[in-house]
Amino acid sequence: MNSASCAAKISTQPFSLNPTSPASHDRPLVSPKPASLFLGSTRKLRLSSSSKLNLHRRSGTVVAVSDVVKQKKSKSTHSLLITKEEGLELYEDMILGRAFEDMCAQMYYRGKMFGFVHLYNGQEAVSTGFIKLLKQQDSVVSTYRDHVHALSKGVPARAVMSELFGKTTGCCRGQGGSMHMFSREHNLLGGFAFIGEGIPVATGAAFTSKYKREVLKEADCDHVTLAFFGDGTCNNGQFFECLNMAALWKLRIVFVVENNLWAIGMSHLRATSDPQIYKKGPAFGMPGIHVDGMDVLKVREVAKEAIGRARRGEGPTLVECETYRFRGHSLADPDELRDPAEKAHYAARDPITALKKYLIENSLASEADLKAIDKKIDEVVEDAVEFADESPVPSQSQLLENVFADPKGFGIGPDGRYRCEDPKFTEGTAHV
Amino acid sequence: MAAIFQGVGAAAALSSLPSNSFDSKNILFSPRRSFSVRKAPSFVVVRSDGTMNLDLNPKGRRAQQFIANAVATKEDSSAASSSSKPGHELLLFEALREGLEEEMERDPRVCVMGEDVGHYGGSYKVTKGLATKFGDLRVLDTPIAENSFTGMGIGAAMTGLRPVVEGMNMGFLLLAFNQISNNCGMLHYTSGGQFTIPIVIRGPGGVGRQLGAEHSQRLESYFQSVPGIQMVACSTPYNAKGLMKAALRSENPVILFEHVLLYNLKERIPDEDYICNLEEAEMVRPGEHVTILTYSRMRYHVMQAAKTLVNKGYDPEVVDIRSLKPFDLYTIGNSVKKTHRVLIVEECMRTGGIGASLTAAITENFHDYLDAPIICLSSQDVPTPYAGRLEEWTVVQPAQIVTAVEQLCQ
Repeated sequence: MNSASCAAKISTQPFSLNPTSPASHDRPLVSPKPASLFLGSTRKLRLSSSSKLNLHRRSGTVVAVSDVVKQKKSKSTHSLLITKEEGLELYEDMILGRAFEDMCAQMYYRGKMFGFVHLYNGQEAVSTGFIKLLKQQDSVVSTYRDHVHALSKGVPARAVMSELFGKTTGCCRGQGGSMHMFSREHNLLGGFAFIGEGIPVATGAAFTSKYKREVLKEADCDHVTLAFFGDGTCNNGQFFECLNMAALWKLRIVFVVENNLWAIGMSHLRATSDPQIYKKGPAFGMPGIHVDGMDVLKVREVAKEAIGRARRGEGPTLVECETYRFRGHSLADPDELRDPAEKAHYAARDPITALKKYLIENSLASEADLKAIDKKIDEVVEDAVEFADESPVPSQSQLLENVFADPKGFGIGPDGRYRCEDPKFTEGTAHV
Repeated sequence: MAAIFQGVGAAAALSSLPSNSFDSKNILFSPRRSFSVRKAPSFVVVRSDGTMNLDLNPKGRRAQQFIANAVATKEDSSAASSSSKPGHELLLFEALREGLEEEMERDPRVCVMGEDVGHYGGSYKVTKGLATKFGDLRVLDTPIAENSFTGMGIGAAMTGLRPVVEGMNMGFLLLAFNQISNNCGMLHYTSGGQFTIPIVIRGPGGVGRQLGAEHSQRLESYFQSVPGIQMVACSTPYNAKGLMKAALRSENPVILFEHVLLYNLKERIPDEDYICNLEEAEMVRPGEHVTILTYSRMRYHVMQAAKTLVNKGYDPEVVDIRSLKPFDLYTIGNSVKKTHRVLIVEECMRTGGIGASLTAAITENFHDYLDAPIICLSSQDVPTPYAGRLEEWTVVQPAQIVTAVEQLCQ
């Protein structure tokens, strides 16, 4: 592992993979690397006295990006972490995520989209860092904060924006909305409104991958599934149940915790007995890794290892990404509880700024290159809005389609015909 | 002769019975001690020739004669099962297993997941032998995490498999309500039709023999509002196998309701491949005077009452609705148009059960054809008590059915 991975706290056990052995009692945990090996500052963040937070419990993980970059530069006796092409790809993906979400906010306040819209600003490093390592056939499962996961996975910006506008050209024909982004083509399995309910679905996708290989004998099937969810979800039963099953059957899945410290207005520290989520992995027999989620390169290094582990069939990994959302929980959230000093602290660690600095300081890209990407993405996003604006709203005939894959499920009407054969059914006015 | 026995420790009771009173090969019991409240002792229902004795006196072993005609008077496809080909005899749980096994052989994507379905063979032996035949991955023993393994089944269905999720008791699926309502029912729609969920969720429910309130639940009433799912209830070995196969071949998510007390029903079923249409009701006994709509175990209470009614000069038409969601309004409607009187007999609670929905549907669609208000006999809105007599009084008994018909036909 290279220097970036050393920055991650790793909690794992060299246990035997026999599921019947009670692993956690037999061998000691490999303790996290001592603080002195941690790149960058280990000072605890001291906030002003009005702080309601107990941030020092998040010990040793607060690192200023600039320190990291400096350290990397001076320490590197080997090649850079990424090539120019990779760097530009990462940059473009993060800029797309940021620009798209900013446009969503604009469109929401202009009355083009409604309901609950949850924006991803500030967390782009996690989505880009992980998803850009996947193949098309790998699956991603997300929560309601799913626009950027969709974009990173390859769903066109047009399709996502149309979906948000509720148009029939949206990726889910306007039937899902902000919280339910699905794409069969790109293997994006949602988009879930209830936290935790996507994790079993992700476990199921990973189960299919194992089944295809072992039962259907598709020997080269090594599809990996990523499950993204937040810190609040880590107190939910489905999280723990799936950690157990995934480790038990060594499923090809990576559990990615986007710990942004807040579940709407509930601070992670007020909700969780042991706030260090990565430690919960070894309890179930998988490595637990903590990584700075504001640094796309660090996330990418950890992701490579975790996805590689899964792909090789070595089992699941729990990755806790320390990250932050710059906006409120949703566009309806006044975001009054969070300390401005905390927000400022993380704003200074903007992942896009950090990557930009890295690319320029390592001569991987010039300002002009990056500006060109900015411009290109602006055009993509504006085109998406235009496309969505001009797309038609769903007609009434769409109401009853897609309720069932086989519309015979609506049953037999009094006249003896299946209801779906009723002409009114295709108009959407049938009584079913 | 038929007799009903209760659970654990039945071995001693069995050995004391006269040997001609039952066919010992048909006895089923799981002599497993239960130490956790979630695993109830299973019970034994021993049957005689092709019929089921629902003698509810827990001490009783009365001679049972008056049901003899119930199965034989079927005129539809179910009766055809015993007429055209010799076929083979089996018990209802074996019919379910046969259907499942045949579909698993036919399509390698069909798999089973649930608690104790693999090595244990299923709490009610529906999956017995399948793990040995198809392997541990195709017949997956899950940890006790209903919400998560149901969700896992849904994720597997979305990505190309055709799983069967077994709830050891339907009541346990209350823990999976999040997944069944949100994901199973809705994902096809919210994904704009991109993902299909060809999952079958099945398990035994209903009021058993003194199993206590939590093991005696009727979840069909809770799930019926979930959009995007189909619900069917089997009641005979013939329709159990047929519905199982149809459910497995359907692209829609289907919940198949079995009943704890019906697993040992015996019937002769065809050797050839057949399915039962998921959306159709079954004509059990054609008649002229009154339409009795029922499903699952109550079908047998109705048939028991039917014999009494026939002796009293009534001619009831009995329809097993089978499809709980959606209702087969064609079969039901034709029956209502013929008899003009409707009695619904169900095991759900009075409030918000299948009967309540059916009453509404019939009133809406066939009001003009009714000569009398619809009578709906349901279970009392009471948590099922443990005491045997109290339990009897919570569910509908044949005597009440007879009284209701007499009242309707005045």
